Amino acid sequence: MSLPITPSQTVGPFLAIVLPWPDGPFVVPEGTAGAITITGQVFDGAGQPVTDALIETWQADPDSRFDHPDDPRGAARPAAAGFRGFGRCPTDASGQYRIVTLRPGSLPCPAGGTEAPHLDVSVFSRGLLDRVVTRIYFPDQAEANAADPVLSAIGDQARRGTLIASAVPGGEPGQFRFDIRLRGDRETVFFDV
Amino acid sequence: MTADPHGTGQHGVASGGLILPRYERPDGVHPPLNSPEYRSSQLRAPAQPLVPMPQWLTEVTGPLLGAERVTAADSDLTTRHPGEPLGERIIVTGRVLDSGGRPVPDTLVEIWQANSAGRYAHRVDDHPAPLDPNFDGAGRCLTDADGRYRFVTVKPGAYPWRNHLNAWRPAHIHFSLFGRAFTQRLVTQMYFPGDPLFAQDPIFNSVPDPKARERMIARFELSLTEPDWALGFEWDIVLRGPSATVFETQEDA
Ligand SMILES: [Fe+2]
Repeated sequence: MSLPITPSQTVGPFLAIVLPWPDGPFVVPEGTAGAITITGQVFDGAGQPVTDALIETWQADPDSRFDHPDDPRGAARPAAAGFRGFGRCPTDASGQYRIVTLRPGSLPCPAGGTEAPHLDVSVFSRGLLDRVVTRIYFPDQAEANAADPVLSAIGDQARRGTLIASAVPGGEPGQFRFDIRLRGDRETVFFDV
Repeated sequence: MTADPHGTGQHGVASGGLILPRYERPDGVHPPLNSPEYRSSQLRAPAQPLVPMPQWLTEVTGPLLGAERVTAADSDLTTRHPGEPLGERIIVTGRVLDSGGRPVPDTLVEIWQANSAGRYAHRVDDHPAPLDPNFDGAGRCLTDADGRYRFVTVKPGAYPWRNHLNAWRPAHIHFSLFGRAFTQRLVTQMYFPGDPLFAQDPIFNSVPDPKARERMIARFELSLTEPDWALGFEWDIVLRGPSATVFETQEDA
């Protein structure tokens, strides 16, 4: 049997009625040992902050595993208590979001090779008729990033750079910044998954 | 070796590598991100083409959010306040399926909507229609073992917006769905049959294929209608499904 799928529609301006959860930004409970913070702003094509977007993240645990039956290595419960793998945060009045999580491990590719540590990201907002998908990689994983097949497939170095978070200047270790530019100057790379 | 996209334990690591489900690509179904008739897409839709991405471990897995996210009361939007909301009481139910026709059980469904006057309980909605103190427009439920969801609510009103002169959104309920994999995530809107506002709505019409547009419209269903109480509407939602399993190869990257 093959059924045609249901089309996507925009989240519109009122997603805050139900989609934000109080614990949404916390992929792990605040205060978990080794927790990192990723903050960033979402910008539109005029360089203005997007104040009604929703950011979602999905990632492996620090041991490179997923608590999910479709991982052929087997579902694995994360070592860190309360690790959900999933984060969700609406942008605020300055277009900013924040995710508190643990660093994901690197992942084996199906036909060999290794994916560098990364988070998959969905961005939803008014003006987007479908989510857009990007990835967050880490700035201190230069060697792993260079060998990552998804990053390597992006020929333009400046474009590739839009997928790599930066360390927050003067910040504590484990504080990263990842801005998302939906359109125009320094536009973030978005994927067709 | 066969893969097992539904978690019954039949998969593993083959000598050639990992065997992963592969989700069909929804070519030509979703609206183009750049849809100029929908004005706010002009500053927000990416200008660069999307980069093809393989479906590997992060993409074929996803959050399996469970019962901790919902209470039984979350699926009835008419009973969460001291009084009953105004409007036509309706039951909205259907199944979440994948494109292989398989039900998607235990998946979180989140909805939000305007009240019966067409006003959202949200600070940025300044449409001069009344708020209803007995309606917040937020609902959640988990699908059952057959993939079925069910909400009790009131029919949302149409509302004006500023996309173009005299622009009105047809009545709709916003739906957010997870499925079981990152690839299956879907946010969409459910519409009501026979709405005269379809023809002028650039969001509804952003879906290029008229048949696909029809799949966003619920069906009035007398057998779901409860006598002397509420009108029944049925709407099935179909997420991308895993196709026959293949070995992913480097050419997918
Ligand atoms: Fe709406």
